[in-house]
Amino acid sequence: MFLEKLSISNFKNYPEAELEFSSKINCFIGNNGVGKTNLLDAIYYLSFCKSYFNLIDTQNILHNKSFFSIHGTYCKNDEQHDMISCTQKISQKKQFKINKKEYGRLADHIGLYPLVMISPYDRDLINDGSEIRRKFIDSVISQFDKFYLDDLINYNKVLYQRNALLKQFAEKNYFDSSSLEIWDKQMVKLGNNIFIKRKKFLTEFIPIFRHYFEFISGGQEKVTINYDSQLNNREFDELIAVSLEKDRFMRYTTAGIHKDDLEFSIFTYPIKKFGSQGQQKSFVIAIKLAQFEYTKKVKGFKPILLFDDIFDKLDDSRVEQLIKLVSENSFGQVFITDTQKPRIEKVFSTIEIDHKIFEIRENKAFEIPNGK
Amino acid sequence: MNNYSSKLVNRAVDELSKLPGIGRKSALRLVLHLLKQDIHEVEALGEAIIKMRLEIRFCSSCHNISDDELCEICRNPKRDHSTICVVEEIRDVMAIENTGQYNGIYHVLNGIISPLDGIGPNDLNIISLVDKIGQKKTNEVIMALPTTIEGDTTNYYIYKQLTPFGVLITTIARGVAIGDELEYTDEITLGRSILNRTPYKGTTEYKD
Repeated sequence: MFLEKLSISNFKNYPEAELEFSSKINCFIGNNGVGKTNLLDAIYYLSFCKSYFNLIDTQNILHNKSFFSIHGTYCKNDEQHDMISCTQKISQKKQFKINKKEYGRLADHIGLYPLVMISPYDRDLINDGSEIRRKFIDSVISQFDKFYLDDLINYNKVLYQRNALLKQFAEKNYFDSSSLEIWDKQMVKLGNNIFIKRKKFLTEFIPIFRHYFEFISGGQEKVTINYDSQLNNREFDELIAVSLEKDRFMRYTTAGIHKDDLEFSIFTYPIKKFGSQGQQKSFVIAIKLAQFEYTKKVKGFKPILLFDDIFDKLDDSRVEQLIKLVSENSFGQVFITDTQKPRIEKVFSTIEIDHKIFEIRENKAFEIPNGK
Repeated sequence: MNNYSSKLVNRAVDELSKLPGIGRKSALRLVLHLLKQDIHEVEALGEAIIKMRLEIRFCSSCHNISDDELCEICRNPKRDHSTICVVEEIRDVMAIENTGQYNGIYHVLNGIISPLDGIGPNDLNIISLVDKIGQKKTNEVIMALPTTIEGDTTNYYIYKQLTPFGVLITTIARGVAIGDELEYTDEITLGRSILNRTPYKGTTEYKD
């Protein structure tokens, strides 16, 4: 599956643009602020029905215009051509169409054209709190396991109810174990399901991640991801029982899978504190590539890969490794942005791969002929 | 802001717009309609509402609405008093009655357990249910509560309270709706329906 053609109107800084892509590697080059990433965002829109950066759809309309539209033609199995369109008018609902037929629910579209975006913002995975890491695993697992998502939503409901009850106990100064126990029971059941699935997912995911990290770094650095959960050492029902006193004192639930985290380490030390910026960047890229690999396995075909600002914080040898890697057959269509034309051209002079380079200036994209 | 050139109209609109599903515009429409009506009809309406509110009672056994101490269902000797169907509210009694498939009696909880809304087990009619089962011979308790996490939790609480009596406790079936195409059924429902499948006995069972 790959994107053959993209045409956009009034999207972010582009009044009009029309591009035809290579089924392998496509590069957007240009100076800061010319709109390289906006093209990636347009492609992201077609897969996820929303922007990667700005969740307010109407703010993606070119200033002083009344609408934006994105049309993409995808080729599946070398013969089927589907046109996906997204139109957003000011003060109207977003319209999403496949071959001119509107979707009833956007959720029906998401997942049909899988895509993985690698961007400088990924460093949040390392720097932010544990919530973003739980969200990452939850979003990957939910993509192919609707029951997981259902259990997770219900777990959170039970958690809110249990916390509300603990607060009531403290405020009204009473305690009733039978009304707490019924929530514990639900929480243990749902929590165990989620724990087992997270664990199973990570056992498959971590080796793929390490494989990619070694490839990018040249195998010099030892990295690990460790699934940190209170349920690793204790059964959930036991854990809830021993945390009761603390829960009552704190007025919220202190133990459970909502406290899970992923520990990222390099040479056994936390990468957040002891990794260089380049190492951290390689780390999150390896995570995203592993997500790519995993999605590919589940969907049965290659997702599109977006690589925003690929040279950001990485040395030339790592970038060359990366481009070699994504040029391999196990990857499909790739989009890359960079500021330096000579740098990109140099990389491709050594690698024999079908590619197209677009130069972005004055809100337009110009294809640079490369004789291939 | 709302000047209808009459304080009486203003007051009537205020009161009517407190009702569920009625905004100020609809309230004004109703008031103006009532003004055009014959005065006796309006009197009859007001009287019906006041009488309903003053004289209605709740069944002392099942907490359903009633005109007497016991509601019509609980007084009916033809109904099976050994089967009790537990529901969240009075509307659910009406819904199940409309199916014409049930001949037992009911028990209205008047809510479900939800600490977020400040509702605990003691705010519900659970004690009277336990008393009833302790006093009368009961064969089966059917739990017909919402299929939400709060509904499930209430099911479990009542189950725990009733276990000492050794009474059969069942829940209503959950799954694919009758007449539905499988392809349009959501994955969660369909998945659960597969897991909780029932034995086939030559024909799918309906009571007529």
